[in-house]
Amino acid sequence: MKTPAGLDAVIVGAGHNGLVAACYLARSGLKVLVLERQPYIGGAAVSRRLYEDFTYSNCSYVCSLLRPEIIRTLELPKYGLQVIPYEGGCTMMQGGGHLALYDNHDALRREISRHSKRDAEAYDRYSRDVMRQCKFIKPLLMHEPPDPTSFKPRDLMELLYLGKRFHNLGEKRMYDTLRFWTMSAADFLDEYFESEIVKAHFAGSSIIGTALGPRSPGTAYVLLHHYMGDIDDTVGAWGFARGGMGAISNALGASFEASGGTIRSGAPVAKILVRNGRASGVALADGEEIRAPLVISNLDVRRTFLETMDAKDLPEEFLGQVKNFKIRGSSGKLNIALDGLPQFPAIPPGSPCTRGDMHVTDTIEMMERAYDDWKDGRWSRAPYIDMLIPSQIDPTMVPAGKHYMSVFVQYCPYELADGPWDAAKRQAFGDTVINTIAQHSPNFKNLILHAEIRTPWDIENEVGLTEGNIFQGELTMDQLLFNRPVPGYAQYRSPVRGVYMCGSSTHPGGGVMGAPGANAARAVLRDLGRAP
Amino acid sequence: MTDSPAPHYKQPLLKTPFHERARALSQIDSFIPWAGYTTVDVFTTMEQEYFAVRNATTLYDLTPMVKYRVSGPDAVPYLNRLVTRDVAKLKPDRVAYVVWCNDAGHLIDDGTIFRLGAGEYRICTAERQIDWLLDSAIGFDVQIGEVTEQIAALAVQGPTSCAMLKAAGLRGIELLKPFEIGYFSLGEHRLTLSRTGFTGDLGYEVWMDPAAAETIWDILMAAGRSRGIRAIGSQALNMARIEAGFIMPNVDFVSAEHTIRTGRDRSPLELGLGWLVDFNKGHFTGRRALLTEKKQGSRRQLVGLDIAGNKPAHNALIYTDDGGKREIGSVTSAMWSPTCKRNIALAIVDAPHFQVGSTVWAEIYLNRELVWERRMSRAQVVERPFFVPERRRATPPAEF
Repeated sequence: MKTPAGLDAVIVGAGHNGLVAACYLARSGLKVLVLERQPYIGGAAVSRRLYEDFTYSNCSYVCSLLRPEIIRTLELPKYGLQVIPYEGGCTMMQGGGHLALYDNHDALRREISRHSKRDAEAYDRYSRDVMRQCKFIKPLLMHEPPDPTSFKPRDLMELLYLGKRFHNLGEKRMYDTLRFWTMSAADFLDEYFESEIVKAHFAGSSIIGTALGPRSPGTAYVLLHHYMGDIDDTVGAWGFARGGMGAISNALGASFEASGGTIRSGAPVAKILVRNGRASGVALADGEEIRAPLVISNLDVRRTFLETMDAKDLPEEFLGQVKNFKIRGSSGKLNIALDGLPQFPAIPPGSPCTRGDMHVTDTIEMMERAYDDWKDGRWSRAPYIDMLIPSQIDPTMVPAGKHYMSVFVQYCPYELADGPWDAAKRQAFGDTVINTIAQHSPNFKNLILHAEIRTPWDIENEVGLTEGNIFQGELTMDQLLFNRPVPGYAQYRSPVRGVYMCGSSTHPGGGVMGAPGANAARAVLRDLGRAP
Repeated sequence: MTDSPAPHYKQPLLKTPFHERARALSQIDSFIPWAGYTTVDVFTTMEQEYFAVRNATTLYDLTPMVKYRVSGPDAVPYLNRLVTRDVAKLKPDRVAYVVWCNDAGHLIDDGTIFRLGAGEYRICTAERQIDWLLDSAIGFDVQIGEVTEQIAALAVQGPTSCAMLKAAGLRGIELLKPFEIGYFSLGEHRLTLSRTGFTGDLGYEVWMDPAAAETIWDILMAAGRSRGIRAIGSQALNMARIEAGFIMPNVDFVSAEHTIRTGRDRSPLELGLGWLVDFNKGHFTGRRALLTEKKQGSRRQLVGLDIAGNKPAHNALIYTDDGGKREIGSVTSAMWSPTCKRNIALAIVDAPHFQVGSTVWAEIYLNRELVWERRMSRAQVVERPFFVPERRRATPPAEF
């Protein structure tokens, strides 16, 4: 882990986007160094062993959005990445019933029919409309968002492309798009479904990682953002990374090193150095200075500019906008080692739906109440959980016969109304989640061997995401496209020459997608006059 | 209805009440899913089954066809707003082929409407759409419910079908006119017959209580033994329907309820179903858009093609010229017609090339022992249907 001399670029943070950017730059011939604060790489895409031979996907837990073009170009399969699809999913109801989602269209129709015959058929219309919007947005993911105020030929071309695509949607769908980007998930789902359980199941993806409730305007887009992985018409678009999410980071790391790049972990960057208005390198926490003309930050925009750069080096207005960037902590995570497979009496024997995402919030009302608790500065008393048991499918995670359960929890505040987080409160939060699951699984508590409980505060401290926000900033219309992260700086460049951003704070946003990293690398290469 | 004993997450497809009979006759285990049921694609060979349609009589399990009951005082105004044809003109015990559109005049689906009694109608269609039917019912005093599982159905098609049914004991069947509905008894079982079908040949559709299904199947099979009766699968039916010029959803058009890409919706005018659109009956869904299209002319149309050679033009792109410079459409269904001895196809072709008599070129790929060859074949836009035997309409029909 020596620091090579004559560096072209330093990447701050070995999150998946930092690694993606690093790979592209190294492949184009630059000498690149990635610096990571933790002793392991991956940021929020990590697999760690905290208890015996159990591997956890400690933060992010499913792979749906990682762009296939990135997997292909960076040869990630060669470096060990295998994404395996999971099956279906379900929501268990308060009274003991359930709604399952099955891959087979006829099984799914018959399943939804148990709750509403009409909803079973409305589901096709729902999928169609979501697909239509995804189809419109998907090509924008791997594009630098055009600035509508700019007259640069590139921006004009991109705007023209965007406008043409928009116009091609046709009148009715143009209206739909604008509504879709601004309305609430609850209103959106009301336009299709009558059954509460069906609406609640689909509403889940509109609040994951988001400090908004299902009735807040803007959540319909978040729902779409999660669907994006589904649109490639390819097998295995939604799935587990074999070996946990760290497999993605490790494959990226290996690909990067094979291209001649260097990674230094356990090397926290304290400052991005600026000389004469240009990036000149970074200073590590121990005082070591590393020189490089390009510094690309994988940190979120707040952490990059407010904590890792000198305010004097930045324009005042820009700083103000960065300060206003919404990046709120709203999610927690439990990783649980289990002595066996928990029973869920609501699920009929033999149903494959437990091999997918499981939930226990059966009405939108309940979800909105969970959000109310967050607004009051406490974790949801009846939280929305997105619970998976990857060890049913992935044989590499745990010893035979044991299981690993990943539980994503919405909502949990970064700051509690009754004072700072401490060990007792963390445990109480964890107990709330465990009790919620135990209501639907009588043997669950007895199976628990170990539980890693992570509040937004923990996620911020361990991963470095401000407030523990998993998207590096809310995915609301005011913070998307040319407004992400800050108007005028949506093209991965910062006000300081040579300083770039490549994290999820930038377009197209969060999720283990890799698109911000790839787009940022292209912007850097274009500025260097190199072919991306 | 006999549901599969296994739950839906283990066995997603339902079995029709004829399943055990079909299973016994299936020689090659060729089953396909259709509207949530498992159905036979081919029993023995597609060709043998096809020739039975044109030569003798055939049984085809029609149960998965989606059926809706529409009843109530506003049934006629409701249906008249839903479909493009004038349902008020549909007489009791008659069937009408209809299409319905969205506001943009794009086809949601096609199907048949049965007038079964006062304020009592049945819609038969290929795809489920209760969502659309209920949305369209806002403001009307009608009840709409799916009755697919409550009615078993067999298509009895072919030149000896009338004789077979007569032999089975359906007295007076020979008097049933095309698109007419008749009520018959077979032993203790009551049957509803309509002189309808998807083969373009003489034929009937038999509607019954699922509990009677196997008995009726056995009676018909026995009665048809001396008249060459055969159970047929979907592939043979598909050959017959192409010759008859009938269109299939998801083959010749995609419902406007399912299209994701723009420009993939089709209007009834584009599909050559303008004769089903009655602009004089008052308002119906899609009327304004269809009027505009009628005035301005359609941008494309589904046409029949008669193609040189004998190689079916599956999925062929259509060009104005043999050089393949200007693409003007594509084939949706294609086959060598064993009866007409013509290489026929249905294709979507851009204006103005869809006029009958126009010459276009089809790009056909031939697999010759794993080596692919490309051939540009001259094709003529022709009238459809390709095959309309006299016996289809004759009342009473002949013995064969």
